Amino acid sequence: MPSIASSALLKHTREQALKMPEIVWADAELDEARGTSSLSSTTGRETRKMNTYQAIRDALSIALSTNDSAIVFGEDVAFGGVFRCTLGLAEEYGRERVFNTPLTEQGVVGFGIGYASMGSKLGNSTLGGRGMGGTAIAEVQFVDYIWPAFDQLLNEASKFRYRSGGQFNVGGLTVRCPTMAVGHGGLYHSQSPEGFFMGAGGLKVVIPRSPLQAKGLLLSSIRDPNPVVFMEPKVLYRSAVEQVPTSDYILPLGRAEILTTGSDLTVVTYGTSVYRCEQAIHLLTHPPEGTGIERTVRDALGDWRRSRKGQNTSSTPTIELIDLRTILPYDLPLVLRSLSKTHRLLIVHEGPTTGGVGMQIAGDVMSGFNTTSTTNESEEDVGRMRREAFLGLEAPVKVIGGWDTPGVALQYEKFYIPDEVRILDGLLEVLAY
Amino acid sequence: MSSLARLRFSRRVARPFIRTIQTTADTTQLQDSAHETEPFWVKIHEDSFQTYNCDKPELDVKMAADALYKAKMIRGFCHLAIGQEAVSVGLEHGITKNDKVITSYRCHPLAVLRGGTIQGVIGELLGRQIGMSRGKGGSMHIFTPSFFGGNGIVGAQVPLGAGIAFAQKYNEEATCTFAMYGDGAANQGQVFEAFNMAKLWDLPCVFVCENNKYGMGTSAERSSSNTQYFTRGDKIPGLQVNGMDIIAVKQGVEYARKWTVEDKKGPLLLEFVTYRYGGHSMSDPGTTYRTREEVQRMRSTQDPIRGLQRYIEEWGLASEQDLKQIDKDAKATVDTAVEEAKASPIPNTQDLWTDIYYAGTEPSFMRGREREEVHHY
Ligand SMILES: Cc1ncc(C[n+]2csc(CCOP(=O)(O)OP(=O)(O)O)c2C)c(N)n1
Ligand SMILES: [Mg+2]
Repeated sequence: MPSIASSALLKHTREQALKMPEIVWADAELDEARGTSSLSSTTGRETRKMNTYQAIRDALSIALSTNDSAIVFGEDVAFGGVFRCTLGLAEEYGRERVFNTPLTEQGVVGFGIGYASMGSKLGNSTLGGRGMGGTAIAEVQFVDYIWPAFDQLLNEASKFRYRSGGQFNVGGLTVRCPTMAVGHGGLYHSQSPEGFFMGAGGLKVVIPRSPLQAKGLLLSSIRDPNPVVFMEPKVLYRSAVEQVPTSDYILPLGRAEILTTGSDLTVVTYGTSVYRCEQAIHLLTHPPEGTGIERTVRDALGDWRRSRKGQNTSSTPTIELIDLRTILPYDLPLVLRSLSKTHRLLIVHEGPTTGGVGMQIAGDVMSGFNTTSTTNESEEDVGRMRREAFLGLEAPVKVIGGWDTPGVALQYEKFYIPDEVRILDGLLEVLAY
Repeated sequence: MSSLARLRFSRRVARPFIRTIQTTADTTQLQDSAHETEPFWVKIHEDSFQTYNCDKPELDVKMAADALYKAKMIRGFCHLAIGQEAVSVGLEHGITKNDKVITSYRCHPLAVLRGGTIQGVIGELLGRQIGMSRGKGGSMHIFTPSFFGGNGIVGAQVPLGAGIAFAQKYNEEATCTFAMYGDGAANQGQVFEAFNMAKLWDLPCVFVCENNKYGMGTSAERSSSNTQYFTRGDKIPGLQVNGMDIIAVKQGVEYARKWTVEDKKGPLLLEFVTYRYGGHSMSDPGTTYRTREEVQRMRSTQDPIRGLQRYIEEWGLASEQDLKQIDKDAKATVDTAVEEAKASPIPNTQDLWTDIYYAGTEPSFMRGREREEVHHY
């Protein structure tokens, strides 16, 4: 079974890394602006093996070196931070740009909002922000400690542009925070609170799945003209290792990515759960021989085949695995397009089920009369796609998330996190319906 | 931009009216002679206290030998507050059983002293049923009826302390609350909000800043514009105490208790200047943001337990032999407790669903670990 380290979803070679879909090279964009052309293709580009914290450090370093207004701050960041993401940046870029703050999350984020608001008057191009003031990259030590700052994020950051009629904004604000469980973090080091941010229009929420993704999405978040909360899955800091381009590039926000294509079931997930879904799909296609899992899979797939009588069925179902990447606003059209093919949907995440991202997606799929979408302006008629998706469903939508307990208690953490067995069970339930 | 690059954070300017606090462990002098059975008088070093809008505590203290013995027992039990033992031990000996205490995650010694057991604390660290929160709270969340817990969220316990103190005042109890927090936590906004409420309503709340010089990897000087934490209460008077001297701590605590409970003068801010030898937690070696020499110097010159040992020996209360025996006994007690904790099972599966809502008021069911497993209340 694939582990995170051996996951086929990671780019283990330079070629794979450089072929990453939708990657935008900074120098290519500059060339375009200048009407010149240099290294716009994959030739001549370097990659380096990095884990996630190194890739994040690389992104921060690029942000600091390409933008004089960028500052990096938070509890203990001058020493490298708890997870080493800011290691050596203070020495390299100066302690006036990379500094420790007092222990005050509300204060830190409020401070970042103030600094970012100084950049309001600047136009922001995707790779811009090279002017004075405004690029605030704050760290909240663990996402579990974001609550004192929730008020600032919700009542100040998300509304700044709106309430000033567009005169001011805090687009230069990025708040980084480690998220999700590691298996032994307990009540205050394992939460996944992204669901609470779903109603925070004006903010963006991004969760990367790997080093290459983290670097591109973080640079996008920093340069995006909207405030972004960037949540980094803790377990991936060291365990996810892949080839990462060394130059400056971004990956688009608001765009999900299809990791494996399939035609029988759509699985939507993000962050650490991406790898657990990969493992569950592996169990589905390669159930360990002679085990209870094998019997369960065989029985369920029997039901699935019978339900598809008359259709041309392959012997095993194929699963379309989607990494959401941006949680708010998320890529609903991509989910709907996938559903128009598979007609079955499973959503997996660690955060609590009630009020969570999964229930939001399920609700969006089923509320087809509403033509407005939470996503970016799309040419497609999202309302029509929703109706078709809902009417085309062959099974109820299934959400696998954390329990509705008050947090992730230490001793129950392994039960709390949707693991590969629970996800496999969900795959079978939806397929066999 | 160039102006930003030139910007330098200004260095803290020392405040002239404040003298440096004494932080050696063994500066207390025996007044007359010590007795094993009778109370005796000792004199605390005059620089063990600094004040802000209040008088100094008495430097003459009446001590009993057995209290000192008991204090010695705590040694070696809890790793996470090593170096800071004088604070918890001195605090417990200066208050009554009915006073309340609430603190941060650095809570193990207090949990034991306030009526818990060593098995219960270790059991909680291991996540076992024998644990004081039945294995559901973990290392940072341990409670007794007079101890409102370890709290994992930095600073969050401080306004709770004000609320507990309000209940004591409302119920006309002759007790007070000690709300403890660190030098790092001192910068959380809600700490100041709690100060204001406590003074506005004159609550019997003693705010205790345990200044161990660092909040994780950030030194007090780098996190706080004013590192004289006892002066940060605005209209609340403050007392800074040598937090490495158990006797000074005990005297400071008794002073604070008299202030709030007997004299009904409202809240007081107590700062204990202390030091943590180990890292912040088990994953921090504690040597990247300070020098090994600094830790070594504190250990060798200011250790509170060694200081206490000196008193006991020099005053002829016990021999080195006796003290070694106490150490041995303490170690044996802890060893047995560890074994007992290890033997205790992990929490039952059905406890996943308990303690979420008041029993009988739950939603009708909660989802379980697998499809069929739904817990019905
Ligand atoms: C609201 C919040 N922010 C951050 C943390 C992470 N954290 C845990 S302890 C700590 C340092 C606290 O320092 P201090 O108050 O001096 O207490 P000490 O550990 O020195 O006893 C930090 C930043 C947390 N637990 N809660
Ligand atoms: Mg401290």
